[in-house]
Amino acid sequence: MRQAYSKQVLKRYTMIGVVLVLLLLSFFLDVATGPGKYPLSTVFDVFTDPLSHGVRLKVIVWDYRLPVAVTAVLVGALLAVAGAQMQTILNNPLAEPFTLGVSAAASFGASLAIVLGVSVVPAVGPLLVTVNAFAFALLTCGFILFATRLKGVGSETMILFGIAIFFTFSALLSLMQYMASEDQIARIVFWMMGSLSRASWEKISLGTILLAFAIPFSLYRTWPMTALRMGEATAESMGVDVGRLRVEMLICVSLLAATAVSFVGTVGFVGLVGPHIARLLVGEDQRFFVPLSALVGALVLSLTSLISKSITPGIIYPIGIITALIGVPVFISIILSTRREKLS
Amino acid sequence: MSLTIDHITAGYGRKTVLRDVSIKNIQGGTFVGLIGPNASGKSTLFKTLAGLIKPSTGRICIDDQDITTLGRKERARRVAYMPQAFGCNALLTVFESVLLALKQTNGWRVYDDNLDRVAQALHALGLSHLSDRGISDLSGGQAQMVAVAQTLVREPEVILLDEPTSALDLHHQLSVMTSVRAEAQRRQPVVMAALHDLNLAAKFCDRLVLLRNGEILADGAPEKILALSEIGETYRVQTSLEFTQSGDLYVDARLAS
Repeated sequence: MRQAYSKQVLKRYTMIGVVLVLLLLSFFLDVATGPGKYPLSTVFDVFTDPLSHGVRLKVIVWDYRLPVAVTAVLVGALLAVAGAQMQTILNNPLAEPFTLGVSAAASFGASLAIVLGVSVVPAVGPLLVTVNAFAFALLTCGFILFATRLKGVGSETMILFGIAIFFTFSALLSLMQYMASEDQIARIVFWMMGSLSRASWEKISLGTILLAFAIPFSLYRTWPMTALRMGEATAESMGVDVGRLRVEMLICVSLLAATAVSFVGTVGFVGLVGPHIARLLVGEDQRFFVPLSALVGALVLSLTSLISKSITPGIIYPIGIITALIGVPVFISIILSTRREKLS
Repeated sequence: MSLTIDHITAGYGRKTVLRDVSIKNIQGGTFVGLIGPNASGKSTLFKTLAGLIKPSTGRICIDDQDITTLGRKERARRVAYMPQAFGCNALLTVFESVLLALKQTNGWRVYDDNLDRVAQALHALGLSHLSDRGISDLSGGQAQMVAVAQTLVREPEVILLDEPTSALDLHHQLSVMTSVRAEAQRRQPVVMAALHDLNLAAKFCDRLVLLRNGEILADGAPEKILALSEIGETYRVQTSLEFTQSGDLYVDARLAS
């Protein structure tokens, strides 16, 4: 029994290693791909010595492509970790950051900035749309937290609140679009499609700090979170304070989801597919499940970024469209073709 | 080591379920059967002992220490409770699910000693062959035995089993009860099990506590408790107590005419 378990653990570490290698490969290909395609060796050269191939290549790699490629990895990881945790705390495999209406709230916040120029946080300058999206996403999470505390923290209550919030903000978003000019509608629609072109090193720094906080925060709670998968009653009987755990994780998830969605707009698929693939590969021991969810989410969005640039040379398609068109059928085929036997 | 439940009153919100419940001086190694009809307060008593319900009055003491003041984790380390609900759709193996029960109160890292304890718990309940099986693929009875293993592996001072044999066939009922009794004798924890099968209770328990409407009706040795007229009144049946050829107590029950 012990040997079988140790072998299983080794298999899981190997799985994490394989996905990490694939992610690195995808990341470098993403940087090398664009209107001008460069060999990987040239990209490596520019990484190690920015001016090795001239200033032009340094600007292209370091100022344009690298922020986009890093943002894809970062946002993919943020969304996937948020999705993984949400699925666990809500005990619903279809839950993701957007189930709680976070995305709809962020979209409304962005549209408020685009149409009316109203900022919920004063003096943010050019970051008006991003900050508004973040604030509304966070505000929504705060509301849900407050509401569920009033009602008693139950997973069904949370989902019901999420649905109510989704419809409320969708209606408000429609109102904003009704009031908007043609140009403003175009900006709102583009924002909602999700794009990596809004990448910047400032956003990357903030996202990295959050992820650096969220991963250890989650890992510290891996045993109680794994116990929660056994059911609320069983987890409580094992000494887990389920109510408190839900609130703590919801705060963490809220920050991650709000940050991701405010960075790139609506990319709903990654928070679902990252955890699902991770779950099929390593099961639900959260010590492996959370890091692998982050890696798979990062890989999916990195590949999406690569594909978005490769379909039509010179055109970068919004990632939200790519993830839906390519990712969803892949996702469904994975679910249909993979059985639970894979676990052992 | 001894467990004393001292004048406990507890319930859910404004609804009082347990009224002034006292069970004195349960010595380590004793197997106590908690009997009583549905909704008599057995699960509520276990939840109160496990710290999931805060009693409005009374004390629960292990030796001289009142454990109602302990934090949730420390309480779970000393008192392990197996609820009635079991089985889930998690993608975890049987081995992992028992390991996670141990790790809730046992540090973050997994040591060899932890793996040994899990293997021993599974072996004791005859579950070794299911070790690599997915927990969601188990039958109801297998899942219930895994739940018992999750409780025993923690090696607490008090073990509370809420209807541990409700989903088991006859062979596995006897097997689980024998394993639990062996655990009580080996490590000397207090074991309390809520049981509906009075014959099983008579066969394995050292002491029976009869609960009705949240109050203790009787407390004592099985042969004394099962002979009381209150048994028939409480369950609304007619009972008679006999000894089998092998010397075991046998409760014969039929519907009251």
